[in-house]
Amino acid sequence: MQTLEKFQYDNKIVRNFAYATIIWGVVGMLVGLWVAMLMVFPQWNISGIGVGKETIGLSFGRLRPLHTNAVIFAFVGNGIFMGYYYSLQRLLKTRMASDMLSKIHFWGWQLIIVAAAITLPLGMTTGKEYAELEWPIDIAITIIWVIFGWNMFATILKRRERHLYVAIWFYIATFVTVAVLHLVNSFEYPVSFLHSYSWYAGVQDALVQWWYGHNAVAFFLTTPYLGLMYYFMPKAANRPVFSYKLSIIHFWALIFLYIWAGPHHLLYTSLPNWAQSLGIVFSFVLIFPSWGGMINGLLTLRGAWDKVREDVILKFMVVAVTAYGMATFEGPMLSLKSVNAISHFTDWTIAHVHVGGLGWNGMLTFGILYWVIPKIFKIELFSKRLANFHFWIATLGIIFYAVPMYWAGFQQASMWKQFTEAGQLKYQFIETVTYMKPFYAIRSFGGFLFVTGAIVMMYNLFMTVAKGKLVANEDAEAPALEKVVTQHHGEHWHRRIERRPIPFLIVTLIVILIGGIIELVPTFLIKSNVPTISSVKPYTPLELQGRDIYRREGCYTCHSQMVRPFRSETERYGEYSKAGEFVYDHPFQWGSKRTGPDLAREGTLNLKKTDTWHFNHMDDPQAISPGSIMPPYSFMLDKELDTASTPAKIKAMRAMGVPYAKGYEQIANRDLMNQATTIQNNLLNDSVRVKANTEIIAIIAYMQRLGTDIEKNKIAENKN
Amino acid sequence: MSVLILLIGFSILIAGGFLLAFIWSVKRGQYDDDYTPSVRMLFDDKPVGEEDPSFKPKQK
Repeated sequence: MQTLEKFQYDNKIVRNFAYATIIWGVVGMLVGLWVAMLMVFPQWNISGIGVGKETIGLSFGRLRPLHTNAVIFAFVGNGIFMGYYYSLQRLLKTRMASDMLSKIHFWGWQLIIVAAAITLPLGMTTGKEYAELEWPIDIAITIIWVIFGWNMFATILKRRERHLYVAIWFYIATFVTVAVLHLVNSFEYPVSFLHSYSWYAGVQDALVQWWYGHNAVAFFLTTPYLGLMYYFMPKAANRPVFSYKLSIIHFWALIFLYIWAGPHHLLYTSLPNWAQSLGIVFSFVLIFPSWGGMINGLLTLRGAWDKVREDVILKFMVVAVTAYGMATFEGPMLSLKSVNAISHFTDWTIAHVHVGGLGWNGMLTFGILYWVIPKIFKIELFSKRLANFHFWIATLGIIFYAVPMYWAGFQQASMWKQFTEAGQLKYQFIETVTYMKPFYAIRSFGGFLFVTGAIVMMYNLFMTVAKGKLVANEDAEAPALEKVVTQHHGEHWHRRIERRPIPFLIVTLIVILIGGIIELVPTFLIKSNVPTISSVKPYTPLELQGRDIYRREGCYTCHSQMVRPFRSETERYGEYSKAGEFVYDHPFQWGSKRTGPDLAREGTLNLKKTDTWHFNHMDDPQAISPGSIMPPYSFMLDKELDTASTPAKIKAMRAMGVPYAKGYEQIANRDLMNQATTIQNNLLNDSVRVKANTEIIAIIAYMQRLGTDIEKNKIAENKN
Repeated sequence: MSVLILLIGFSILIAGGFLLAFIWSVKRGQYDDDYTPSVRMLFDDKPVGEEDPSFKPKQK
């Protein structure tokens, strides 16, 4: 007979993360609602309030990254940690290894979020979606992530339960993969404090970015939440998971397949075709492990569906798992080239991610919060009626969000692709924009309902907390872990791995590395993947500065720079994009959404506009292009260009292989001013007076440069 | 950049080794058991003899 050991669970850390989840959730959703409304009321965009040398921008381009970062890393991130700290201690029958590490993890993560909330509106961004935070914050994330992992593994090592429950594997896979993803994608060359360039360029940067981007979805929004589902859903329903065996199989299949799926974000782009095909195959196969998890979750409620009628927590969870099922059915479909040709760059993608985000992550988080808070405060939920109200208004919100966005996306694509009988494009781009406005308005309403629900939850949980008292240290007892493990004959192979967290960590690491590495390496190594186009030259210093402004303002959140090889696109935008055109693009700015038109060839052929057109358009887009929803950037007319940074930028670019001559940084600003004066004179001819060293001049220079390189020459592909 | 290539080469070797081990263990056909953990996680053992008087669930 073993003796029982007494110990206590740390509930305080769970409470802290729960509070953070609620607060950042509401904040992130409110920012989301705001940016949604900016698309209906573009005049609400505020850009370029001066603060010293920098500017604060409350415009779509700067706030959209704030929204995505807030809901992903602040809301879902804290939700993950809340669930981890609650379930890990109980599954392992031990307190967290170190309260101090838990605390550092908590406060470190909140500081990172605050840093993001400050730097992003200031325009300090790497220009890579979902990885916008600048290098010092990237380092902070790494440190805090390691602390979190250390604490988790130390806890696993001192556990009193030999077997590692399925949820814990998901946690481990999450920790390891996110660490690798973050490290690989955040290879940056710092130019100054809070400014850096991605080490990768063009097509390689795009591949690394979407390898990261997709796996962020996989390993930040999916695997940890599957782990949480495997803990909290059986708990809430008080019955075991449908099939434990299925959970093992779908876990391994999921982590093994997910890592290969990234290229489906780059279909029909300049990414080598073989990489696209690889991405498609694995994305499609992913439906099996994904649905394995979905089915396992839903069937956990077999014979208990009457409980779903009564229990609001289960309602949230059922909608969450259903949304997961829908999103993971849709994902593989969207990865098919024929579907992607329609969906890509449209609001269809926005609908897709919000079914996952609002449905899967949102609803599951709400369900867990309603379950955990009363548990650790030892009191019943303040109001079931309010929770029910939250459930229905959130569900309605998702519908009001997703349906118009699906419609809008399909409509958008159809209009982009429509030709008249005479063979001309039927619609001007602006017509597709104005057509979207009612849909954007209904979507905002859906978002409003969803946020309202979250605020009601905040109140409900606040009242619950006010009436209860936190059990900061919850008593528990369990037998000590037996020292010797007897090997049973015919034991399940998997069990041996489960008993060894460290080997398990290594194994998981290897599994995810295979996928990532095989996909990444060839593009790095095989030169033929990136045809060298002799006429493609590095940006001039002025264009480089303009490009940095483009990135600072988040132009890539609405404009793509990637012409796909379709007639509807080559007719509208010109020659389709070639990999070799992007070799000096640190970072790539292909974008993933066309709220505005593609800009890859903005400076060429029939797309080319005069300098004065650009000047007036940036000053007041609606005046030049009636119906446009672009924010105005009139502050650039006066804002002085930071030419002091030019030498450092040129040096950084050269260090990364951009062929600027040695010592060019010393004369770069002279060239910059020459080019600026030329543009200034062009503007003067149209009687527009502006100083040469203003930001508007730089952004015009960049616009006029876009796509012009291959116009000069026929493409000279390096055939090796 | 060539350091990266070397590192990656080694990683693929290790990864391949793992894959073989994985296939090998699958072929051993040891797919059974796997039920009790799903039930055990449902029980959060309360310390013996402890009743919290402040916690009164509402009557249905």
